[in-house]
Formats: sequence, structure tokens, C-alpha cells
Amino acid sequence: MSITCRKYYYGDIPDNNAGGNISPEKNKLSGNDWPLWEVFIRSKQGLDHKHAGSLHATNAQMAIENARDVYTRRMEGVSIWVVESKHIHASNPEEAGSLYDPANDKVYRYPAFYDLPDELKHM
Amino acid sequence: MLAVHQSRINYVLHLADNALIIGHRNSEWCGHGPVLEQDIAITNIALDLIGQARNFYQYAAELIGNNTTEDTLAYLRDEREFKNCLLAEQPNSDWAITILRQFFFSTYQYFFYQKLQYSNDVQLSAIAEKALKEVTYHLRWSSEWAIRLGDGTEDSHQRMIKAIDNLWMFTGELFLAVNYEKIGVNEGYGVDISLIKNDWMKKVTDAFEEATLALPPDDVWMQRGGKEGIHSEYLGHILAEMQYLQRAYPGAQW
Repeated sequence: MSITCRKYYYGDIPDNNAGGNISPEKNKLSGNDWPLWEVFIRSKQGLDHKHAGSLHATNAQMAIENARDVYTRRMEGVSIWVVESKHIHASNPEEAGSLYDPANDKVYRYPAFYDLPDELKHM
Repeated sequence: MLAVHQSRINYVLHLADNALIIGHRNSEWCGHGPVLEQDIAITNIALDLIGQARNFYQYAAELIGNNTTEDTLAYLRDEREFKNCLLAEQPNSDWAITILRQFFFSTYQYFFYQKLQYSNDVQLSAIAEKALKEVTYHLRWSSEWAIRLGDGTEDSHQRMIKAIDNLWMFTGELFLAVNYEKIGVNEGYGVDISLIKNDWMKKVTDAFEEATLALPPDDVWMQRGGKEGIHSEYLGHILAEMQYLQRAYPGAQW
């Protein structure tokens, strides 16, 4: 007998397991909660939105309001992005070796590897 | 002159009590919210309101003098001395009632603080300006929840209808001025609340329409008395819990 076991990584969860887009009847039966959302906050000084955490909400608008209440209470941000977690696809940790290790011995990819002419400033 | 001064004190206490009592009611949800995110949201709103109350109490204490502080005003006055509207003290019951109470109250505060910004009393005007930003968010949050519940499931819709039945009778008092409010208007520091009734009604009507909820008829009997210290049976219980520590251990600090 063989058992196939599919392991899902964070964020890369199919719709029917993600908690979203589920009819109220099914929601009651399965005890599923509201869909999960990932929150990205841009701080006052920052140029980019950084991942702040996740939360539950029924739609995007509620997710932004919840993010405001949960993640910007101490003036952390001036802009909020939210995205349903199921739309984020993550790389597989088991493939980390083949994905990242090959860059280990390629120092020449750093600009510091090259000799620069003296005339060139501010590199 | 003394009566005029007392009126100003009563007016400031009325605004402080409104914010403190509904803030305290909301704080009762802390740790009991329907989901974590809304637990935090309602607790944030409670803190905003208690913060507004503190600003008003500090100003009232300054007007009263005699070593009065914001704490003695909040913790050592009796039920009859509290001047909050009856709406603020109504129990949480369920999420629908809590949401509707906040929606009615935030709509009122939103239009009220807009006018209070132009008070000739610089303290009141400054507090109003600061509070208005908070209240604008409370109104957005509570109106969206009111619409979501009204236009939601059969259960949430029925709960909103029940909430309207429970709370509508306390909305009339918001726009009926008592003596110290009339004096406030004459002296230029108070808001003529009869002027914000139409704005309030329009906002509520629009939200109810979107929420597929019916507005109660015009001739509903309206309760009153809170502003003059005649409260429903609930305020005493709130004060018993809220004031217990300062009454049992006077001056306790931590």
C-alpha cells in the first residue's frame, strides 16, 4: 500500500484548503475561519513595504482596517498593502540547496571583486 | 457668574462622561472579541474614547480647582453626578448591539466635534480637533460593520433589527439640549446640537439603506435624563466595577 502525502508550504495552499471563497454552509461544517491575509507596511522613512505579519478578514477592505488596528498602533506605518495568503507562492525549503548554494563560490558577482580606476568615486 | 462657571464645568463633564462610559463599555470586550483582529479594534476604540475623556476631565478639574483631578472626577463621583447620554451606558449584549451603539454614537461625535472645533473655548476646540481624527475612523469602522451585519446572514440581519429595537429610543436624547448646553451655546463655547440632528439622520438613513435595514417610525418614544443624572439601571453597575478599586483603596497607584 502506498500513501501519497502532499506537503504544503506556507502560502502555497490550494483554494479549497485556504479558508477563502467558501460557502457559509461549508464554513459551518468545516469550522473554517475567515481567509488569511498577509500584511505589508511601509514606514515613514522606508521606501518599500515590508512584511509585518498576517491576519484574518473577510475581504480586502476589512483586511486593511484590521491591519491598521493590529500593525500600526504605534505609528509603524504610512501605507498598507494586503494580499490573501493563498496568492503567495513560496519556494520549497527542501530545494534550498540547489537554489541558493551555487551562489556561494561566485564572489565575482560582487562589484567589489573588480579593480576600479582611481578616477571613479562613490562606488 | 458662579452659575455660568458651573454650567461650563457641567458641559465639560457631560462630554467627558459620554466618552468615558461608552469607552468603558467597549473595554469590556477586551479579551472577548469575536475574532482577535476585532478584539484589538474595539479595544483601540475604547482607548481612544477614554483618552478623550481624560482630556475633558483634566480640563474640568482645572475649572473646578480645589485639588480636583481627572481621577477624582472619574472614580469618586456618584451615579447622579454623571452626565453621559443613556445611549453610552447601554449593555454590550451581542456584537450587533455593540456595533450599532458605536455607530450611533460615533456619527453623533463626528458631527459634534466638527462643530466643537469652532468653540470660543480654546481648550474645547483643541480637544475636538484632536478627537475628530479618531472619531472619523470609529465612524468608518462602525458604519462598515453595521452594513456588513445588516446586509449579512439571516442571523446577523435579525440581530441588527433587535439592536435597533433596543437602542433607537436612546438616540433622541443626543439632540435635546439641557440647561447647561443651552448656556454653552449662548456663551459661544457649546455646540447647538439641534443643528446636527439632520446630518446624523442622513448618515444613519444612508447606512441603513445599504444595510437593508428599516428606519423606525418618527413617533417612537424617546428616553431622556442621562445628561441630568437620571440614568438607566446599568450605570450603577458600571460604576461599581469601574470605581471599586479607588473606593476600596483610596489613592491606590500602580
